[in-house]
This record gives sequence, structure tokens and C-alpha cells, in this order.
Amino acid sequence: MIQVDHVNKVYPTRSGDRLILNDISFCLERGEKLGILGRNGAGKSTLIRLVSGAERPTSGNILRTMSVSWPLAFGGAFQNSLTGLDNVRFISRIYKQDYKDNIRFVEEFTELGQYLREPLRAYSQGMRARLAFAISMIIEFDCYLIDEIAAVGDAKFHEKCASELFDKRNDRSMLIISHDTGYIKDHCSRFAILDAGNMSFYENFDEALHQHNSNLDLNNV
Amino acid sequence: MAFQQLTEIGKSASVQWRVIYALLLREILTRYGRHNIGFLWLFVEPMLFTTGVTVLWTLTQAVHGSSLPIVAFAITGYSSVLLWRNMPSRCIGAIDPNLALMYHRNVQTIDIFLARLLLEIGGATISFITLSVFYIYIGWLEPPEDILVVAEGWILIAWFGASLAMLLGSLSEKSEIVERLWHPASYLLFPLSGAAFMVDALPAAAQKYALYIPMVNGVEIVRDGYFGDHINARYDIAYLIGFCVTLTVLALAQIAVVNREITPE
Repeated sequence: MIQVDHVNKVYPTRSGDRLILNDISFCLERGEKLGILGRNGAGKSTLIRLVSGAERPTSGNILRTMSVSWPLAFGGAFQNSLTGLDNVRFISRIYKQDYKDNIRFVEEFTELGQYLREPLRAYSQGMRARLAFAISMIIEFDCYLIDEIAAVGDAKFHEKCASELFDKRNDRSMLIISHDTGYIKDHCSRFAILDAGNMSFYENFDEALHQHNSNLDLNNV
Repeated sequence: MAFQQLTEIGKSASVQWRVIYALLLREILTRYGRHNIGFLWLFVEPMLFTTGVTVLWTLTQAVHGSSLPIVAFAITGYSSVLLWRNMPSRCIGAIDPNLALMYHRNVQTIDIFLARLLLEIGGATISFITLSVFYIYIGWLEPPEDILVVAEGWILIAWFGASLAMLLGSLSEKSEIVERLWHPASYLLFPLSGAAFMVDALPAAAQKYALYIPMVNGVEIVRDGYFGDHINARYDIAYLIGFCVTLTVLALAQIAVVNREITPE
């Protein structure tokens, strides 16, 4: 279970402090999948970083009684000057795993071949996404934080991701951010909208989508 | 209860050691790469520095106010400078390029610092030992009189450098002024650091003030261990330890502040 309790997050900006998250509270049970919709800059990624523990809330508490992944996004959490294989070794060491098995899995999953021996900065967006996702899958977590994983890559990659996440790991909890409302609808059981720092929850996807579209001013489309 | 706490601490320590080890290997790779002699640069670079200074000082017959051979003087002095001066340089601005790693909850600011510090201390120490052994072997240097005292001085200088490095490294997250000021400060401190003089050779009035500079005490201890009765080493070990403890406390407090405010990219 993850218990988010009255969390506020304030970022200092040049024009004074900005409240990004305003008194957010919710609970994510084991196995539950929560999808979060919101406009650009609504604070979705900030919320995921707070839940992951990489960043601390300005006030409030986050209690984790299950293991939580780092935010699975197409870029971050890796070193550009290192090769793909170096990154696999580094992550394996941090999480106390045998890197030889992991390298085998990553080679198979990413199909990057010799590119795994090149520094990450030589990778295209799609290649990077493949590597990042494969590395995320070598460590098992009870809860996965997913930040726009499907934004890059080809259809084949999306299919593989979906099979790894939603077939093989269907029993895990997930917190999913996406601008692809269809993706959220397909994979989540509960929905939330972040707007102007406030979070509202919906059991029904259509209600959430309606609210989201009106936030986006998309009513007439 | 106490036992449970102990196992908790043990678990945390093993996680932290694992993370530091992983960061250390990563640091070696990003810094030295897999080209030419690679990781050997870690101590070849300080060795070149020290050898260069030794040669220069020998050629110019540096006036250091004691009867010590210049080689012995340069090796003990310049190795000590490299030890304390390189650590802050490596820790200032160390967090920024590693922000992406902070997504992994086990990786903390202090681990990034400690990995870099261990690498820096390792390089300077291997360089110091290798050069000493080499010069002793060819007969330009007498073996140290008391190796434990040398180690004591060396460890205290390393502690001073490490705590200063962590303090400046975490402060540099808040303001880049730290980086701007460290460069001139490290140059200006070099002639004051005791590398190029013995306290005993200073005018009596200046000796008291020289010993307020923490590194001077450290270098004097190293030389005391190296040369024993041949010189008259002057130092205040309690002052040096007190200085290091204060710096360490300040550094840890500042790291706690950074941890609270850090935003992974």
C-alpha cells in the first residue's frame, strides 16, 4: 500500500513560490492501477517523483509498505556518457542483482545488438526508450510508476511493453500518467485528474474524461 | 530491540556500501574511460604532478629553511597538497551531473560525494606510496622513521579534505559563488599550506599564526613521521581534530539541507 497524506509541494521560481500540489491525499492498494490525467505542467510528474521517493514533499507524508519502482519514463535515471551495458551493470549493482542474467534479458528485449556497447548519447529517442524500459523490467517491484512510457517507439515496442507490464505483471500496483486517454482507460481501474494543484478521483472513466476535456477546453471538438 | 536496531543499521550499511561501490566503478568509467591507460591515470596524474614539482624545486634550489633534501621535502609537501586540494575540486558541482541517478531511492547525495572522495584519496595515497618507494629504492630518500605517524598525519589531512569537500560540494548546490571562489582560494592556500615551508623555519611571531591553518598541522605530522629527530616538527593535533569535527558536522548538516531540496531533472 502507498499512503499519500496531505502532501504539498512548492517550487521556488523567479516570480515567487509556486504551489504545484495542494493538499493531495490518496491511497494506492496492492494490485490497484490508478491513471492520472492532467494538462502539461499540472504536476503529474512531480507527484510521481514524490511517490517514488526521489524528491521530498514540502509538507505531508508518503508511506510506502511495498517496494516502489523509479519513474519509468523514456529518458531519465540513466547516464548518457556510459554505454547501455554499463548502465545495466550499474543498476544491477545498486539493486543487488547478478548483471550477467540481466544483460542477457536486455539484449533480447531491446534487440539493440552492438549499440549496447555505445554510449547512450549515440542512441535515438526510440532506442533509448527500449533500453530504459528493459532496464526497468530487470528489477521486480510491487508498484510501478509509469510516466508516458508509450510516448516513443514503434508499435512492436509498445506491444512488448504492454505484455511485460500488463500480462506478466498484472498483479502489481501501478500509477500511470499519460496523455493518451485510451491507454489510461485500457489499463487502469481508478482515475484521477490533476488540475491547478488539486486532485480529484473518479471511479468511472467517462466522467473523468469529460472533466479532463473540459479542463483542456476540448468540449467542442 | 537493540539487536533489531543493529540489524537495521547493518542492512542500511550494506545498501550504502553497495551503492558507493557501484558509483565508484561508474565514476572510474566516466572519468577515465576505456582509452589508453584508463584507470591508471587515477594515480599516474598525481605522480606526474609531484615529480614535476620535485624537479622544479630541485632545479631552483628552493629555499625551505631546513636541512632536508629537497626531494624529501617536495614529496611530503606536494603529495599532501594534492590530497586535500583535489577533493573539494571534485565535490564542487558533483551533484548536478548525477541528478538522474537520484531517481533511485538508494542513491543519496552523500554516496555521490563519498564515491568521489574515496577515489581521490585512493589516487593520492597510491601516488604518495609509489613515489616514496621509488625514491627510497634509488636512494634519494630515507625510509620514514615512524610509518604510523606518517599514516596519522595523512589520514588527518584526508579527513580535513573530505569534510571541506562535502561542505563546499553541498554549498555549491545553492550558489555557484562557491565554485568561483574555490579556484582562487585553492591557489592562494597552496603557499600557506605548509607544503613549501617548515613551521620551525618561520619567525617565532609567525609560527603561532601558521598553526591556525589546519593543513599546516597535517603536513608537519607527516614530516614528523618521515624525518623524526632530523627536524623540529611543530603541530597542534587537538586543534586539527577539532577543526575536522566542526567541518564534518557543518558538512553533514548542509547535506541534509540538499537532500530536502533536491529535484531530480
